Amino acid sequence: MCTVCGCGAGEVKIEGGVAGQAHEHSHVHPDGTVHSHSHDHANEHAHDHAASPVDAHAHPHHHADGSEHSHPHVHNGEHVHEHGHGHGDHQHHHGVGGDLDYGTGPARAHVPGMSQSRMVQIEQDILTKNNTYAVANRRWFDERGIFALNLVSSPGSGKTTLLVKTIERLKEKMAITVVEGDQQTSNDAERIRATGVAALQINTGKGCHLDGHMVGHALQRLKPADESLFLIENVGNLVCPAAFDLGEHHKVAILSVTEGEDKPLKYPDMFRAADVMLLNKCDLLPYLEFDADLAEANARRVNPHLTIFRVSATSGDGLSAWLSWIEAGLEAQRGQRSETVDALKQRVAELERQMEQMQAAK
Amino acid sequence: MHEMSLAEGVLQLVEETAQREKAQRVKLVVLEIGRLSSVEPEALKFCFEAVTHGSIAQGAALEIVSVPGAGWCMPCGETVPMTESFGACPKCGSYQVQPTSGTDMRVKEIEIE
Repeated sequence: MCTVCGCGAGEVKIEGGVAGQAHEHSHVHPDGTVHSHSHDHANEHAHDHAASPVDAHAHPHHHADGSEHSHPHVHNGEHVHEHGHGHGDHQHHHGVGGDLDYGTGPARAHVPGMSQSRMVQIEQDILTKNNTYAVANRRWFDERGIFALNLVSSPGSGKTTLLVKTIERLKEKMAITVVEGDQQTSNDAERIRATGVAALQINTGKGCHLDGHMVGHALQRLKPADESLFLIENVGNLVCPAAFDLGEHHKVAILSVTEGEDKPLKYPDMFRAADVMLLNKCDLLPYLEFDADLAEANARRVNPHLTIFRVSATSGDGLSAWLSWIEAGLEAQRGQRSETVDALKQRVAELERQMEQMQAAK
Repeated sequence: MHEMSLAEGVLQLVEETAQREKAQRVKLVVLEIGRLSSVEPEALKFCFEAVTHGSIAQGAALEIVSVPGAGWCMPCGETVPMTESFGACPKCGSYQVQPTSGTDMRVKEIEIE
């Protein structure tokens, strides 16, 4: 299981699950007991894990093939489960040591007229922490007129090659800085540095995505120039990076024609989160049974506002439209910045005038 | 996807609130998960149990309130109910539907003592 994204954990649905297939479960209980076991199963069965008669009990599970079964377990701690074993769904205390009481009944130290427990409203987005970092990054970019892009795709779609070609064609016109996200190695950052621009590799280790905090640190290290282009190559993963705002102005999804036309339908979150899609490796189209129109239609089905460019990073075909789009974006950022600077200058002039008036009044 | 990160995000919000309220422990955590958000509730429950172990929220019950989805259908020009992200408009069958609610993942409230 991926320890960050939880891929493979929980009740993952498997399309058309086959009876007799082996699979693995692991459970973590509130008392810290972890156990995992793999088994083959037909449609219905039950199995034992050294059950003791005192506090053994069962969890029912549902599988994708519609079968249901129970695992008995033994626990040491004290906790509550909802489980059915002949007397319907109810809650149990397994009172064997431990200080915690998970009872739902009346509080033991009940003060008349006052419940010892109370509800506290939080009403906050789960991704608040990440979003706070992302907002700070975006403000940082905007104040400096920097145009930031977050490039996302599956591994092997040609992100790095595309970045190298993009940088080679734009580096004379603008300052460029790159952040490379990968689980391991600094190979990609080295490929970028070979073009002569500054690049920083972030190794996420076990992580499956970059987050706002990592990018904030990268900004401090890289110190990109004012009114420059800032490119973030995310970890090759079409799932997790969709949810994590890094403070970029646009997510750019890269789909290569050696993948399937239905990838936007299989991984809709990413294509929904992106503003731009690059259909890469188009020079290979004559050799493949890939319907580029269908791929575009699928992408627009999940995101009607998507801007799509067909490119080939190796041959350079179609790159000029993509490069013009970047230049226009950076120009807009510069324009906004100078507007902000002009507005601030006016404000300063206004305040100075007021101060002079006040001093004159004295 | 990334349910482990999300569970850690939940725990962070819960711990901050519990500390501010000087709680001894957390008994219940209520989340609102939109039907159109990309969260698998079962995976989130699993991860929540794992990340809360040893924290103030250890053993807390996790209640997930499912928020129905809705979207703005461009051809129909009105808000329509949506059962799946990126699904078709139930009225006209178009895929030009922009989700308007049911995409959020929020920690609603916690019960502490």
